[in-house]
Amino acid sequence: MQRRNNGGKMTEEIITKDKEIAVPGEIIATGMSFLPGKGAYRESDKIVAQRLGMVSVEGKVIKLIPLSGRYLPKLKDRVIGRVIDVLMTGWRLEVNSPYSAVMTLKDATSEFIPRGADLTQYYRLGDYVVCQVVNVTSQKLVDVSMKGPGLRKLRGGRIVEVTPQKVPRIIGKDGSMVSMVKQATNCNIVVGQNGLIWIDGEPENEVIAVKSVKKIEEEAHLSGLTDRMAEWLQKETGVKVNPAATPPPAEEQTTTEHPHHFGGSQ
Amino acid sequence: MYAEQKTHLLKALAKNVRYDGRKPLEYREITVEYGISGSAEGSARVKLGGTEVIAGVKMEISKPYPDSPDKGNMMVNAELLPLSNPEFESGPPGEQATELARVVDRAIRESKCIDVHKLVITLGEKVWGINIDICTINDEGNLLDASSLAVLAALKNARLPKLNENSEIQYDVPLTDQKLPLSREPVEVTVIKVGDHFFVDPLSEEEKLIEARLTVAITEKGTICAMQKGGAEPLSSEDIDKMIEIAQKLAPTLRKAL
Amino acid sequence: MTYDKRFDGRKIDELRPMSAKVGIIPRADGSAMFQIGKTVALCAVYGPRDLHPKFMQNPETGILRVNYNMMPFSGHGERVRPGGGRRSKEISMVMENALLPVLDLKEYPNAVVDIFVELPQTDAGTRCAAITAAAMALADAGLEMKDMVCAVAAGRVEDKIVVDLNYLEDSHEDGADVPVAVLPNSGKITLLQMDGEVTKEQMNEIIEKAKEACKKIYEVQKAALKEKFAKR
Repeated sequence: MQRRNNGGKMTEEIITKDKEIAVPGEIIATGMSFLPGKGAYRESDKIVAQRLGMVSVEGKVIKLIPLSGRYLPKLKDRVIGRVIDVLMTGWRLEVNSPYSAVMTLKDATSEFIPRGADLTQYYRLGDYVVCQVVNVTSQKLVDVSMKGPGLRKLRGGRIVEVTPQKVPRIIGKDGSMVSMVKQATNCNIVVGQNGLIWIDGEPENEVIAVKSVKKIEEEAHLSGLTDRMAEWLQKETGVKVNPAATPPPAEEQTTTEHPHHFGGSQ
Repeated sequence: MYAEQKTHLLKALAKNVRYDGRKPLEYREITVEYGISGSAEGSARVKLGGTEVIAGVKMEISKPYPDSPDKGNMMVNAELLPLSNPEFESGPPGEQATELARVVDRAIRESKCIDVHKLVITLGEKVWGINIDICTINDEGNLLDASSLAVLAALKNARLPKLNENSEIQYDVPLTDQKLPLSREPVEVTVIKVGDHFFVDPLSEEEKLIEARLTVAITEKGTICAMQKGGAEPLSSEDIDKMIEIAQKLAPTLRKAL
Repeated sequence: MTYDKRFDGRKIDELRPMSAKVGIIPRADGSAMFQIGKTVALCAVYGPRDLHPKFMQNPETGILRVNYNMMPFSGHGERVRPGGGRRSKEISMVMENALLPVLDLKEYPNAVVDIFVELPQTDAGTRCAAITAAAMALADAGLEMKDMVCAVAAGRVEDKIVVDLNYLEDSHEDGADVPVAVLPNSGKITLLQMDGEVTKEQMNEIIEKAKEACKKIYEVQKAALKEKFAKR
C-alpha cells in the first residue's frame, strides 16, 4: 500500500480499505479526523492495526474485526460447558476458554438441592450443559447459571468446536443461518458463544450439519454466504431452504447481540 | 464418564456412518511426501486426513552389540510434539510416545524389514546404526498408523552417506545412491473396537471413545509380523480374528500410498 | 583476503529464497511455517490458556512461554539427541524477549501463551526463522500485537557486510554472526546478539543492513497472513 507523498502535508486517507485484511502494525489510515476503534490504535497521525483482522470503516471510526482468538467469558453469554470437577458447593465447568467457570448449587437448577446431596445425581464429570455467564471478576473468575429458558443438560449428540469470532455468522441475523441448517438437516443445534456447538440428529444428517458449520466458519468473511449456504444445503440434503426463513422461537437463540456482518450483503 | 457419547457414536456406527461421513473400514485421504528434510539421510511426511507426521532417518557408525557382531543397529524414537496437540506437554517421552515408538519399532525389527546383516562395515567392530525419529505435527487422530507409514517411507527414501578411508561419515558431500537394504515392507493397521463395532483410522473425537484396539503389522506378502493390543477392554478370540482380517484387507490401501 | 563472491553466489544484501504459510497446524490456535534457504521453522501457538504449575501464574498479566526445539534429524551433521539442551533453552529465552514487546497480555491474568517451534531442516539463521514464524503464528492466533516481528542473521564475512548468513558463512573463521529482530513499523530492535569480531562502524552497518532485509521479510509475512483469508 503506497502512501501518497503530498510534500509532507498531512493527508486524510484510508490506506487499507474497508473489508480488506490488515496485519499487526499495518497502517490503515492517515489523518487526525479518524478515530481508532477496537483492534486499532493511533500513532501520531496514523491509525494502525493492532491485530490480524478485517478492516471496518464506519464513518470516521476504524475497527478491526477479529478473525481468530480464544473465547473470553462475557456477561450474559450463553455458552456450552463441560463438567470437569464436582465441588462441595457446585461444579466446575470447562468453557473453551483460558478460564474455567463455576456453577454453584443455587444456580444449577430451580429444584431444591438439599445440603449434603450427591451432586453427581444432577451433573457428572463429562456432562455437557448450556449455561449463561452471570459474573466475571477482574481476575477472570467466572460464574455460570443454568436457571433460565433454554438452559439445560445436553443429552447425546456431538460437540463441534469453531472459532468464537465466527459464532455470530453461524447464528446469522435473528438466527436465520443456523435455522437454515436445522431445517435442511433436521438436527437439533445449540450454538454457544464460546465456539462450542452441539448437534444431535440422524448420523448422516449430523455429518452434513457439521460440514455446514465448518463451511460457514471458513467462509464467514466472504460475501454472498447466505445464498451460497442455501444452495449448498439443498445440494447436500435435497431440502429446499428459504434464506429468509422464520427464525425459531426466542428460547433457542443463543445471542443477544447484533452479529457482525462479515462480507456485507446477506 | 463417556457413556452417553459412546452411545451416540454406536448409533452412528450401527448405520455404518462415521463422524465425518466415512464408512467404518475406510481410511481418510493418505498422502506421502519423500525427502522433506535435506538434513536427514532419509525422511518423509505422511498426512492421514488432517493428521500429519514426519519421520527422519539419521545414520551413524557404531559398534555392534557384543552378542551380534554381524548385525547393524536400529532404533525408533517418537516424540509427541506439543505443537501437534494442546494436550501434549514438552518433556521426555511419556507412555503414549513410548508405546508409539515401540509398536512401530516392533514392526520394522521383527519383520526383518531392514536386513541388518548387510549393515556391517567391519565384522565385530564397525556397523551402520540407523536412527529413526518420529515427530508429530498435527494430531487429528490415528498417530500410530500415520507414524508407521512415515517411518517406512523414510526408510525407503534413505540413502547411505559417503564414508572416508577411516569409515567416518562425510557430512559435507552428497549422499551416495545406495539405498538401505530393505527386505520387507510392513505397514501397520490399527483396528478399533467400540461396542460390537470395528472401525479404522479414528478421528480425535472417536479416539476418545475407544474400548480396545489392535495394531497389526502386515508385510507385503500378507503375513503378520507384529501386533499390539491397547485399550482397557478385553478382546475375544473372535474379535481378534476379525480384526486381523480387517488389517490384512486394508494394508494394501496404505501401501498404495507409498 | 576479500570476500568477492558469496559461497552460494548471492549478492551481499541478497536474502535466500523465502516462503511462508499460515495455518499449517489446524489443531493449534495459530500456526505458521517460515522457510529461508534451507532453514525451515514450524510454529504453533496455543493460548491464552490455563497455566500449570500454579506457582508460575501471574495475577497481573498473562505470560509468554517459548519452547524452541530442533528435530533430531535437522542438524548439519550427526543426529541431535532430543531434549533440547542449553542452546535451545537460550534461544527460547531470547525469543520470548524478542516477541514480548509487541504483545499486551494484561487481558489474560494467570494465563499463558505457549509458543512451540520445531525445525525439521536447518542451514543457519534458525532463531531468526523461528522468530519470524512465531510472529505470524501469534497474529494467526488472534493476539493483539502492536507490530509484527521480523528477524534475520546479518554479519561480516572477511571484509564484507552480508545479510542472511548460511551455514558455511556462519561457520567461517573470519567473520561475525549477528541475529537481529526488528519491529518493521517502528524500526525498533528486540533481538540483538553477536558472535565474532567487528568494529563499531561495521556493527552499525550490520544493523542497518539487517533492518533493510527485515522489510523484505515483513512483506513475506504480510502476504502469508493475508493469503489465508483471500477470497476464493
